[in-house]
Amino acid sequence: MLGLLWLVPIVPFASFICLAILGARMSRKTVAAIGVGAIAVCTALSILITASFLTSPPAGGSYTQVLWQWIGVAGFHPQIAFYLDALSLIMMLVVSFVSFVIHLYSAEFMLDDEGYSRFFAYMNLFVASMITLVLANNLLLLYLGWEGVGLCSYLLIGFWYQDSANGVAAQKAFIVTRVGDTAFAIGLFLLFAHLGTLDIQELMHRAAQQWPVGSAYAIAASALLLGGAVGKSAQLPLQTWLPDAMAGPTPTSALIHAATMVTAGVYLIARTHVLFSLAPATQFAVAVIGAATLLVAGCSALVQSDIKRVLAYSTISQIGYMFLALGVGAWSAAIFHLMTHAFFKALLFLAAGVVIQALHHEHNLLKMGGLRKDLPYAFWGFVIGGSALAGLPLITAGSYSKDLILWQTWSSAQGSTALWIAGMVGVLLTSIYIYRLIFLVFYGAKKMEVRHRPGWQMKVPVVVLSVLSIVGGFVNIPAALGNVPAFTNMLHSALPEVVERHTTGINEVLSEGIAAVAFVLGLCVAFLVFMRRRSLAEKMASTSIGQALHQLWFSDWGMDWLYDRAFFRPVVWVARVNKGDFIDAFYSGLAHLSEFGWRALRTTENGRVRWYAAGITAGTVIFVAIVLWL
Amino acid sequence: MILIWLVGILLAAGLAAWVSARWSAQAPRWIALGATAADFVIGLVLWLRHYEQLSLLPQNKWLAQVDWNWIARFGVHFHLAMDGLSLLLLLLTFFLGMVSVLVSWTEIQTRPGFFHLNLLWVLAGIAGVFLALDLFLFYFAWELMLVPMYFLIALWGHERRQYASVKFFLFTQLSGLLMLIAILALYFAHHAATGVYSFEYEQLLGTPLSSAAAWWMMLGFFVAFAVKLPVVPVHTWLPDAHTEAPSAGSVVLAGLLLKTGAYGMLRFVVPLFPGAAHQFAPIAMILAVIGILYGGLLAFGQSDFKRLVAYTSVSHLGFVLLGIFAWNELALQGALVTMLAHGISTGALFVIAGMLQERMHTRELDRMSGLWSTIPRISGTALFFALGSLGLPGLGDFVGEFLVLLGTYRVSVVLTVLAAIGVLVATFYALRLVQRAYHGPNLHDWQLPDLGNREAFILAPMIIVLLWLGLYPSPVLNTFKPAMNSLRQYVSRPVAASRR
Repeated sequence: MLGLLWLVPIVPFASFICLAILGARMSRKTVAAIGVGAIAVCTALSILITASFLTSPPAGGSYTQVLWQWIGVAGFHPQIAFYLDALSLIMMLVVSFVSFVIHLYSAEFMLDDEGYSRFFAYMNLFVASMITLVLANNLLLLYLGWEGVGLCSYLLIGFWYQDSANGVAAQKAFIVTRVGDTAFAIGLFLLFAHLGTLDIQELMHRAAQQWPVGSAYAIAASALLLGGAVGKSAQLPLQTWLPDAMAGPTPTSALIHAATMVTAGVYLIARTHVLFSLAPATQFAVAVIGAATLLVAGCSALVQSDIKRVLAYSTISQIGYMFLALGVGAWSAAIFHLMTHAFFKALLFLAAGVVIQALHHEHNLLKMGGLRKDLPYAFWGFVIGGSALAGLPLITAGSYSKDLILWQTWSSAQGSTALWIAGMVGVLLTSIYIYRLIFLVFYGAKKMEVRHRPGWQMKVPVVVLSVLSIVGGFVNIPAALGNVPAFTNMLHSALPEVVERHTTGINEVLSEGIAAVAFVLGLCVAFLVFMRRRSLAEKMASTSIGQALHQLWFSDWGMDWLYDRAFFRPVVWVARVNKGDFIDAFYSGLAHLSEFGWRALRTTENGRVRWYAAGITAGTVIFVAIVLWL
Repeated sequence: MILIWLVGILLAAGLAAWVSARWSAQAPRWIALGATAADFVIGLVLWLRHYEQLSLLPQNKWLAQVDWNWIARFGVHFHLAMDGLSLLLLLLTFFLGMVSVLVSWTEIQTRPGFFHLNLLWVLAGIAGVFLALDLFLFYFAWELMLVPMYFLIALWGHERRQYASVKFFLFTQLSGLLMLIAILALYFAHHAATGVYSFEYEQLLGTPLSSAAAWWMMLGFFVAFAVKLPVVPVHTWLPDAHTEAPSAGSVVLAGLLLKTGAYGMLRFVVPLFPGAAHQFAPIAMILAVIGILYGGLLAFGQSDFKRLVAYTSVSHLGFVLLGIFAWNELALQGALVTMLAHGISTGALFVIAGMLQERMHTRELDRMSGLWSTIPRISGTALFFALGSLGLPGLGDFVGEFLVLLGTYRVSVVLTVLAAIGVLVATFYALRLVQRAYHGPNLHDWQLPDLGNREAFILAPMIIVLLWLGLYPSPVLNTFKPAMNSLRQYVSRPVAASRR
């Protein structure tokens, strides 16, 4: 059964090629059948492979399938080969399943769009690339998948290409993530130059053997990989592209810019965790970036008025939690949160899609209200997804994963109180902004008429993801509730367990309790400010501090502005000024000079005897002078 | 003998095409297509037949050669020889030859006979350059490329064709003269050392030279090839020539003519003067990185479709130069793959530019915008090749550039990092091209016919080749390997000697 592994990326790729070439001539039904069908096959294969992997685990807990040698030059032998272990297995399963659900949703959501087949072609290409990224056995193939998903992200953000603003957002996303990718690529050069391979398992093995903990090479290499991860996962300081990426169709935002692609950075770090363990400085940087990002993005999410931008900042913030977990060595917790986040964030986006479609592409929260009765699926989707996001204790999946991260941030040897506090403040912020959104959209007075209600293809995904946003956490029951950590146990064949430090102060249950308090506190604040007394919100916003904060957070801490002025505009300016290439001026100058010389000499050839006589005389005098005096 | 055929077919077909135009305007096209296709098939058969042998032997002598006395008194031979390097570049030549015939099918309506004479003779000159092992013959072929190319630009070019063709001619001719001086100097130096007058490549290799003499001769060769490649700051003929040339001319210029410069560096500059080239390598590599970044920046600023693509060549060929002067196996293989992949991807972008110009009679990006909504197939294909140009993994350019950077990293980390930033700059210009031409609203209400069958027939093979180079380049790498090993051996020999 494991031998079918290669089909998992190939099937969506084949369907991409089919749709790209023939899609324009197909009926919408055929397009949907091929586009969704391919992902259904891909998901079924993943499930079969998972079943086979779990019932009869391969020797050593991993399975490698080599298709062919990609490049073979002077000891550089990357292969097109797939590697399956507990980590890539879970990623493959999550990616294919969430993709399937979102494809099903898209079949209806995009029905009236003229680019129907183009949409499914891009989405299928995305799934193929993402699966390749996840299953790659070497970093070069991973890089191929990595760039492939970046490309699809670019294509889908700019999907509605006739609006130039979408094109700008798409280019921004591609370029900003490619800044990180350049660091990633340089990291690959460094790793290959010093360790002589890019095969991930071999690389980790050699790194652990050849580099001591804290070696400069390990720090440099891991920092460069981190650069790639920060770009792709929209962490500080490269987070600015993700909110703009919301220009794409909502299913795209759900799949690429929330559930799967943006978590690729988390996967990369988990995949190369040995390298990060060898570089405590980088690992600490990962934790700090995560903590800072979750706070910064959490604040920005508080004040956004575009429903999708709230969710975008919330994604950045949640990935911050994953980075925080990676940074303190809680590898499994990070992947756990990656999975639950994929469920509830996809759910939130799909529910948002229902709202946006119902209100005829209205994105502004402040123009919405009272939609609870008209759009029950969206409402319950938001309540369940939002509660999972904020971490409603015991019931929702999000609370299980987030509590695990918070606890391990405290208890890990690399953790600290400050990081733990940052995480707790993040819980409070999350709870406030997501319930603000829910109260504004679904409660209060109705401001707009609902024009469109979802059909079954949109409802089923919302229901499925709602269920998963609840039961998805039960795969890992913490100590206080019976201690059945099945998920993390499974991952421990691929990822090391967290190294605990000796702590006093609080224990796991207390940490969970404090998180619950923070959650409730946030809910109460949101209820008070955005439900009971909306005037309070306006009052706070109208004070000078309130205005300044609003401005700062709304504009994402001014970083966009800064990058625009510091990098983008100067480059554009130089390119524009130097359009004619100043080096060419030298050659034109040369040409002009010889032309001038020609003109000057030509004037002497004027047919007047006086001139010629004068010329001859002057020449004679000069020659005689030269002969006499030199 | 087969090598004589390769060149002879092109020369003869050129004359036949010229003559046949008296009777039919279509005849020269079919003759030219037949000739390039025949050469391509011969090349392919040679490759397949020798492939096993190539990968078995650690390094080959020549796969095929012809050696006739030409002017015995001066030691001039008519010596053609082919190794893996020549073979691959010849295949590219004939492939793009077919492309350029097909792309001119409806574009060239005036004097089709003379056009195809020039086109085929340029190709013959290029094939001669890739095959000649006698420096006199090499110089002859080098000049043979120049004159018909000049006519292609000057007679069938666009608005500023006079300016562009004269500029092209002057740059190439002047730098070619420097090479001629260097060839003659080497010829006499070889006579002085051995008492034999010879233009033979293999005899001239390892000619003992004082380091100053080697330095100047190396520079003579380098400048000639640098102009062709092109290297900043002698690149300014390129955007004009590429922009003003007819589509076939642009394809041949970008896809092939530039490669003759890279080929010259590989075959002559470094092996003939290993010591001087080694000394010069840091300067060449810095120039290469400047070219990568500066060419990319210039491309980003352009508003003419063809001019933008033309400047990307400056950037991409910078990687080739970088790889050649890093001179290790990774970098050299990377340089070769970059040469081939650039030939395909940039060639295809010029083909597409030609299609647009034929339909819209403009190359201005400002006049385009939103073409996707009227010609989605052409747009999608252009997107594909733009992605090749920005180095998307899975396509040929990526393999080449990645290998070059991997190899360069061992020589200089700083230059590698700067060149890697060049890949980022490529993202800028490639996306800008796509955005300005194909995305956005269809402001000018263009209603254009989409990709026709002939056009699809040109572009589909190019897509396949680019994917093949990107996903399974091993046949190419294996073919080049023995040739590369012998080149590297020429270079390591005198270094070992000097150590003693």
